[in-house]
Amino acid sequence: MTARTAKTNALGLEKTAYKGAESTLCNGCGHDSISAKIIDACWELGLDQRYIFKLSGIGCSSKTPAYFLGLSHSFNTVHGRMPSVATGATLANHKLICIGVSGDGDTGSIGLGQFKHLLRRNVPMVYIVENNGVYGLTKGQFSATADENQRQKYYGVNRFPPIDLCLEAIVADCTFVARSFSGDPKQCRELIKAALSHKGTALLDIISPCVTFNDTPESTKSYAYGKAYNIELQQIEYIPPDLVIQRQEITIPDYAEGETITVTLHDGSQILLKKTDNSHDPRDKQAAIRLLERAKAEQKFITGLIYIAEPRPTLGELERITDTPLAELPEERLRPSREALARIMARLS
Amino acid sequence: MCAVELITDKRAETGVLINDFAIVAATVNGSGSQTANNTLVRALFKMGIPVNGKNLFPSNIYGLPTWYTIRLSKDGYLARRPDYHVLAAMNPKTQAEDIANLASGGICIYPEEWKLKPTRSDIVYIPMPVREMVKESGAAPTLKEYVANMVYVGAIAELLGIDLHEIKSALSYFLKGKAKAVDLNYFLVERAAAYVRERFADVPRNFRVERMDATRGKVLIEGNSAAALGAIFGGVSVVAWYPITPSTSMIDALMEYAKELRVEPDGKTTLVVVQAEDELAAAGIVIGAGWMGARALAATSGPGISLMAEFSGLAYFAEVPCVIWDIQRVGPSTGLPTRTSQGDVLKVYYLSHGDTRHVVLLPANMKECFEFGWRAHDLADRLQTPVFVLSDLDLGMNLWITDPFDYPDQPMDRGKVITYEDLEKFGTWGRYKDVDGDGIAYRSLPGQGPAYFARGTGHTEYATYSERPDDWAKNLDRLARKHNTARRLVPQPISDIEEDAAFGIIAYGSTDAPIAEARDLLKAADLPTSYHRVRALPLGEATREFLSLYERVYVVENNHIGQMAQLLKMEYPDFANRIVSVSYCDGLPLTARWIADSILEREQR
Repeated sequence: MTARTAKTNALGLEKTAYKGAESTLCNGCGHDSISAKIIDACWELGLDQRYIFKLSGIGCSSKTPAYFLGLSHSFNTVHGRMPSVATGATLANHKLICIGVSGDGDTGSIGLGQFKHLLRRNVPMVYIVENNGVYGLTKGQFSATADENQRQKYYGVNRFPPIDLCLEAIVADCTFVARSFSGDPKQCRELIKAALSHKGTALLDIISPCVTFNDTPESTKSYAYGKAYNIELQQIEYIPPDLVIQRQEITIPDYAEGETITVTLHDGSQILLKKTDNSHDPRDKQAAIRLLERAKAEQKFITGLIYIAEPRPTLGELERITDTPLAELPEERLRPSREALARIMARLS
Repeated sequence: MCAVELITDKRAETGVLINDFAIVAATVNGSGSQTANNTLVRALFKMGIPVNGKNLFPSNIYGLPTWYTIRLSKDGYLARRPDYHVLAAMNPKTQAEDIANLASGGICIYPEEWKLKPTRSDIVYIPMPVREMVKESGAAPTLKEYVANMVYVGAIAELLGIDLHEIKSALSYFLKGKAKAVDLNYFLVERAAAYVRERFADVPRNFRVERMDATRGKVLIEGNSAAALGAIFGGVSVVAWYPITPSTSMIDALMEYAKELRVEPDGKTTLVVVQAEDELAAAGIVIGAGWMGARALAATSGPGISLMAEFSGLAYFAEVPCVIWDIQRVGPSTGLPTRTSQGDVLKVYYLSHGDTRHVVLLPANMKECFEFGWRAHDLADRLQTPVFVLSDLDLGMNLWITDPFDYPDQPMDRGKVITYEDLEKFGTWGRYKDVDGDGIAYRSLPGQGPAYFARGTGHTEYATYSERPDDWAKNLDRLARKHNTARRLVPQPISDIEEDAAFGIIAYGSTDAPIAEARDLLKAADLPTSYHRVRALPLGEATREFLSLYERVYVVENNHIGQMAQLLKMEYPDFANRIVSVSYCDGLPLTARWIADSILEREQR
């Protein structure tokens, strides 16, 4: 601990070691801020990039895994189907950390079915939606999360209500559901850290303004709207597992009784939630649903940890997969013996 | 079908047929005739007689007609034959047609309570008091319909001379030794046999079975079970699927065998099966697992293959190994979900948009279902590409006699994989760099080797994004080189050359059984033939050589448009004018008679 300088993490690495290729997104894109926060979170937690893998679908957001954690494997898959690839990849190696990045079109439209089934199966991964309400790569069509009655230059008025991905996640029994704003780096970073400690799927819906196609002030997914109307549910602080025991006694008294919720995650880490709005307890599922319904009706911009519950068993745990990752099993554990084949043949004769 | 029967089947001319005729059980779907039919097949198998059972069933849970055909062939022919000599007419809705189609001199067993008026004088009617016998058995109301089928089992056993001990052993085999169930069923078998013995002693026994020694050392299995076993011995560890006939029984078999073969002493498993939300997800799951380094498999049929098209292109282009089984049924569209065809050859070979071409294995029998079952995973890893295996409903869901399967003759081939340690030796490494000249680059697995960025978009040798024309063209050239490497690595065709053959036959998959018989029929008509059985795509040099030998090569297949014939013409345009398509699809397996007549008709033109 004493040898650690301010510029290196537990692995002795500088933050630049967690960078990826140079971004090709528009200047000022919210997605780049999120990539930066993923880098921050992984660096601060001292995660080894060799044991992380990144997945994405198709779209602006899905390009971003190239721009962070350059030493981690990555698979940029097909539109809306990242969840199934994640399902197979995490089954094949449950020891690695999976970070998935998707967008509102990728998850809310073409991939909504796979998204719901991934949550239902509790595939262990951090699932980040970089949500801008618009199709950027195809020049600005509405996505399924666009606001009702929002106007676009070429595509007119959106007459359909938005799909709220956090609400969909809660209804699908996801046990970690949070919303953030790419313009709020501290909250983003702390929520990403907490999500990395969660067992099972952790959904992070991050409103990330599209500076080119959806940054009009009336859009709830614009910088102006976010800055003006962001209602933070809590101030969030993430405490990693190796620090919990020593810091527990010091930190808790920092917050006044009744305003702070401490949530312990399965790896022993904790999230301290200092409420700014006393009305929401993220452990209350019905309250979380009501909160989102109300926010949708009032076009409010609510951020923070919306819902958290005791994790359900992951898909691999339910399937009772052997401890050695399936992808690393040697031949003698994969191919049954000559005698086993002879036994079966005898039975069929 | 061919209107004129050009070849007379000499086998049917004698008065008494021994071990060379067919039985049909016409029943109502869902009435539980499977145990009855399997029992008959197994009893005949245990009497040493070559036998094949084919289930012709509807896409329905209950009520539509089902026909089960059992063919006995002392000569060992396992194909479907169109005629039948013994009929168990158990379905009142189809009885008129079933009886009309019975061969002259045949036997018709039916429930006495129908009070049928005999319409044919050239067949023998055997009315059985089914309802009374079932009542007498004391079967519970829920079981009555099921056990009623044992009445025709008993009647057939008596009329044909099937050893009742073998019937009882077969019942015990299928009912897993449950004494009460065996006793109830066997009571009806015995009762029916005794009834026929007493009442119909004077009926000539023109169709008889006699013990042979032709099945010693053989096993009886369905293709889907053989495929499942093959995959398990190939080390498959992630399986994803969406229920679809006729592939479902392959997954059922995989799950069943996995319990026995792939559960470790601590109760944990080395093989996980995920029922996906659709075939798109099933493809995604196996590609995710394959990319991670596990051996992964999906099983589906035509409609599922269509849904897997986009993902198949990703796996081809990002070069991810995985295995996809297509148990073919009849298309286009939903088609005939419970009938067989070879209709997916072209679709699967070129599955996905753009310049995509796949490796496709074409098993023709139970041994190949097993062998290709494990070999497909070796090939997928070696070639870093999806490998498709095209079986069909006829192979997959019917019981076939086969020699026991051979244990894999080589260790698992995981192909070219580099680890972190290897990287130090290599110095530099490009995920898509062809260092060996065979088009196959070295891949690396997450958590085990150096990172790269896998993608379906344009990329360089070093897996970085690229839209440069030269990068694109170079990569596609390498993939073509890899496809050519595959020509040498896939199972090679098997040729059977007759010295004095005037023409050749090319075929693949389940038509092998009727072709073997058709060749004998043609030979008997003084037309010896040479036969070349393609066992995989892409096609290779051996097929070109075979085409070069004959001025006419008949390409026999069970689809409407002659898909393999089209593919051969595209691959070998120099020989296109030699290729004659002999294709037909009506949902049933081809018969030897149809093949022989179709070829003969063309030869006589």
